[in-house]
Amino acid sequence: MSTSTNPAGEQETATLAVRIWRGGEQGRWAEYRVAARENQTVLDVVTEVQRTHEPSLAYRFACRVGVCGSCAMTVNGQPRWTCRTHVRKVTGSGTLVIEPLRNLPRIKDLVCDLEPFIDTWQKAGATFKGGRTRHEPPHRVDPDSPARKRADAALQCINCAVCYSACDVVHWNRSYVGPAALNRAWTLMNDVRHVKRAETFDRAFGRDGCGSCHSQGNCVRFCPVELNPAGSIAGLKRMAFTGTEIRDDG
Amino acid sequence: MKEQTLFVAQRLSAAVLAPLVIVHVGLILLAVEGGLTAEEILARTRGNVAWAAFYLVFVAAAAVHAPIGMRNILREWTRLDWPAIDSLAALLFVLLLGLGMSAVFAVF
Ligand code: SF4
Ligand code: SF4
Ligand code: FES
Repeated sequence: MSTSTNPAGEQETATLAVRIWRGGEQGRWAEYRVAARENQTVLDVVTEVQRTHEPSLAYRFACRVGVCGSCAMTVNGQPRWTCRTHVRKVTGSGTLVIEPLRNLPRIKDLVCDLEPFIDTWQKAGATFKGGRTRHEPPHRVDPDSPARKRADAALQCINCAVCYSACDVVHWNRSYVGPAALNRAWTLMNDVRHVKRAETFDRAFGRDGCGSCHSQGNCVRFCPVELNPAGSIAGLKRMAFTGTEIRDDG
Repeated sequence: MKEQTLFVAQRLSAAVLAPLVIVHVGLILLAVEGGLTAEEILARTRGNVAWAAFYLVFVAAAAVHAPIGMRNILREWTRLDWPAIDSLAALLFVLLLGLGMSAVFAVF
């Protein structure tokens, strides 16, 4: 904990001003003060507020190490995974401002309803369908094949909805399936084991599908695990011209 | 029509439009130098198959390109549903094609 000494020679503990959204769609901002520490993440601060000031504060987290994707919130106006975001990085010396993710219905405090985001997976055709039974030998997937490399590059999504929240097209048109689902559809289009490629492509390219993307890359800028959903969407768009990989087989 | 088809049609029509727009704008700059009268324009375009063909392709490409882009804009900026948007886009297509062709034939 960082401390300083005031002119009277007393030790003072530095504090951090935090403004947190309370309530659902209708609500208000509440202000708190917590101890400012050398090393603290935004999630640490939320937890400290909940433990010391506001036991009824609702928020989500699970792993605290950037794996589960459940802790995303809007921090000082930008979508972030809060367990891996250091306070100093986002506030400088100013106030920390925390609210739920954009583009999703607010349930309570920092918790939003992820159902619309999860539904986009189905809508974009991002559902794997294998074609072999347990009695058949599994597919041999060559890790060095170009398709596998393309899939690998897009695979490590933690479903945090940060990109969905960052996407302006989602903001204007809530029916747009958004970057994460299309990124997932792209991995399936490059997966030799997936037998419903034509269907996946049709859905990914359906109404409010990848044709709606502006390619400006807010999703890329904010994805905490540095995926490139805009690149995946561009890949799907290229497939519209070339027709490669758009066939059902197994 | 499938979204994929519309997407490809819009990109291809853009590729056609790009050089045509450059020629069109260049032509205007050249032609108006020193003033331009209706007679001068008509003298160049009357019976000129090459220019008529050039502008027919231009009109067709613009009529394909613009309504498809309009669909996305309407989807983002209005609360219209897809059937309404598609109707408006079809209307715009017919309008652009009709007005454009009549303009080309009027000076041919
Ligand atoms: S690049 Fe496309 S998906 Fe990504 S934020 Fe922009 S519009 Fe959304
Ligand atoms: S693509 Fe990135 S930002 Fe989007 S849900 Fe996956 S991990 Fe999160
Ligand atoms: S708590 Fe799991 S990613 Fe942040």
